[in-house]
Amino acid sequence: MVYKRTSGRALTEIRKMTAKVGVVPNADGSAMFAFGDTVAIAAVYGPRLLHPQHKQNPSTGILRVNYDLLSFSVYDRKKPGPSRRSQEISKVTEWALSPVLNLKEFPNTVVDVQIYIIQADAGTRTAGINAASMALAHAGIPMKNLVTSISVGKLDKDLIVDLDKSEEDFEGGEGPTDFPIAKIANTDEYTLMQLDGKIQPEVVKKVLKLADKACEEIYEVQKKALKEVVSQ
Amino acid sequence: MSAMQVSNLTIETLKKMFSEGKRFDGRGLLEHRHLDVSLDISNKAEGSARVKIGKTEVIVGVKLTLDEPYPDSPDKGNIMVSGDLLPLASPRFEMGPPDFPAIELPRLVDRAVRESGMIELEKLVVKPGEKVWTVIIDIYPINDDGNLIDAATIGAIAALKHTELPEIGKDGKIDYENSSGKKLPLAKGIAPISFSFFKLGNSIILDPTREEEEACETRITFGISDWNGQHMINSCQKNGSEIFTKAEIEHIMDILPKKFDDINEKLKKSLK
Amino acid sequence: MIMMRNKINEAHEAAEEVSDYSEDSNKKRKIVIPGEIIVKGEDYLPSEGARREGDNIVASRFGLAEEAGRVVKVISISGAFIPRRGNVVIGRVIDITFYGWLIDIDCASSGFLPVEESPRFIRKEEMSSFLAIGDVVAAKIWSVKPKGIDVILKGKGLGKLEGGFIFRVIPSRVPRVIGREGSMINLIKEKTGCNVTVGQNGWIWIKGPNTDSEIKARKAIEFIVDKVHVEGLTDKVEEWFNKN
Repeated sequence: MVYKRTSGRALTEIRKMTAKVGVVPNADGSAMFAFGDTVAIAAVYGPRLLHPQHKQNPSTGILRVNYDLLSFSVYDRKKPGPSRRSQEISKVTEWALSPVLNLKEFPNTVVDVQIYIIQADAGTRTAGINAASMALAHAGIPMKNLVTSISVGKLDKDLIVDLDKSEEDFEGGEGPTDFPIAKIANTDEYTLMQLDGKIQPEVVKKVLKLADKACEEIYEVQKKALKEVVSQ
Repeated sequence: MSAMQVSNLTIETLKKMFSEGKRFDGRGLLEHRHLDVSLDISNKAEGSARVKIGKTEVIVGVKLTLDEPYPDSPDKGNIMVSGDLLPLASPRFEMGPPDFPAIELPRLVDRAVRESGMIELEKLVVKPGEKVWTVIIDIYPINDDGNLIDAATIGAIAALKHTELPEIGKDGKIDYENSSGKKLPLAKGIAPISFSFFKLGNSIILDPTREEEEACETRITFGISDWNGQHMINSCQKNGSEIFTKAEIEHIMDILPKKFDDINEKLKKSLK
Repeated sequence: MIMMRNKINEAHEAAEEVSDYSEDSNKKRKIVIPGEIIVKGEDYLPSEGARREGDNIVASRFGLAEEAGRVVKVISISGAFIPRRGNVVIGRVIDITFYGWLIDIDCASSGFLPVEESPRFIRKEEMSSFLAIGDVVAAKIWSVKPKGIDVILKGKGLGKLEGGFIFRVIPSRVPRVIGREGSMINLIKEKTGCNVTVGQNGWIWIKGPNTDSEIKARKAIEFIVDKVHVEGLTDKVEEWFNKN
């Protein structure tokens, strides 16, 4: 019996995506990205001076990511201030984005990426990475390629793309498996990989193929948003 | 925008311009930029709004929780205003413990809302002496191009006016996924608006851009609302070490009612 | 033409080395994103902001890809100012040290202006009488090193700026404001009667005979920087001046 998604989506269908670049005029680069009800905004400042001095790297600029949920982005109000979850996501996001950046021309500097979730309905870190990727490009940072990110997974035995909150909380059979990934667009190079659930190794291979296809769609959305900023 | 502070020569030029009644964007000294308000920014909030004044953007969300009342007000609900100057919004905002502007912003909004009596706290009692609603207003600037305080206050009011109480389950716990259908109890007709008057030299301006705000020497913020058909000032705070003269304050008192009516109209139009 | 050349501030000549916004229709241009294929073919040569991947020339940043003959590069149209030797910049004095002044030039490092750069001999106690905190200079970047940026005041149009005001535009739009051989900036100066100095770091100084002319010059510049990918900009700006 194939799982019927409450949203009516097909198993491999991504929620409606929206993306816009240049949403924070003060920033060097900025963007908004949404998967359905999950909305993320990202702003990039830099390369700029890095305080404190002992954190500076004389051979390259560094990337610093701060990710957090706004307190009213979730039903149970999140108290202001970084949580362990947001600190972990900040770090894995940094690792997801840095492979495409070339900061060697900017020693002793920092490129700051601020990511905030305005409304959360699962897939927040993936929406954040997609927004940050556009914001970094918009900021003119030397970049090999964009990074695209999606959550794939499994509900009992059904393979699924872009889980929403109700699906993350699914119960039954083999339970839910949530598998957020990020990759360098148009390559086979993964920069983020996390997993929670129960999934067989051969199924992982299948699910990664679904992720690849989803990432191609996401890349088109990101590309369109970046090209549109010029005509604003 | 950059983190560079305003320079001496720019301050002098702005002083001269203001004394001639001129501003870079062609506005009058007491004229507001275009105001745009939208609602339902987060469907996880009980109420939320986004305010844009020119390029300044602030989002405000309202969450409701059930708590014990304060010991000195057992038959009243609570208000809490919180917020953060997100580093996203400006190269001037840094991570870390809040500096004075970050502390001041929610406090000024709190004062305007609380003193106006807009929220009927006595109607927020679920079980007298034991359980009351706390209205938590969270303010987040998204882009700082000046006048955050006034923008934040408008956002708070817009969000509060469209806030609904969530359902309380049989176990006494809040069921946030379902609205009770009841609106947050608000006193009819009361909706405070904040006006921050900034001074440079002998000129007084409203709704500065960030560049203008940084050049100004001092500021006074008034919260004003409609109370039983009268214009009523509920709150006031002067900020900065320069003075305001009596004549200037009297002049502001003359301007305020008209400004309130003007912005109130614009707010109503924007929310349609 | 010779007169125009002489009028052009040294400040502007540096701009032309950085990137050329000429409206030469022999150059093909389009907006590209990082990783996007610009052209295919072994004959092409990747330059700034582009790289070769197999048969393709691919963008290494977001911007305006330009093919000039066989050379393909990507011009930045957004982002922070990246300081280079020879750039003229406008900055604000943020500190006075024993050896000179620290200038905020709106990039990752502040600029250091040695006390020897002042136009006349100054004793240490007199430093703030030449440049006080909050004062503005037009300076040239002498060196960009890991330990910091050194700036100098020697050069035409450089030095302490007095009167007028400064404001910021996106640094990558500066070449548009200057125009080919200074044509755009000269148009603005002519139409408004203002003195204008443009810094590569996006900061622009305007000083005019009165407030109205200063406001107009700024508005004209903001009109220009808005238009990223527009042909015949000089004509459009003439039109703008006729209307305003």
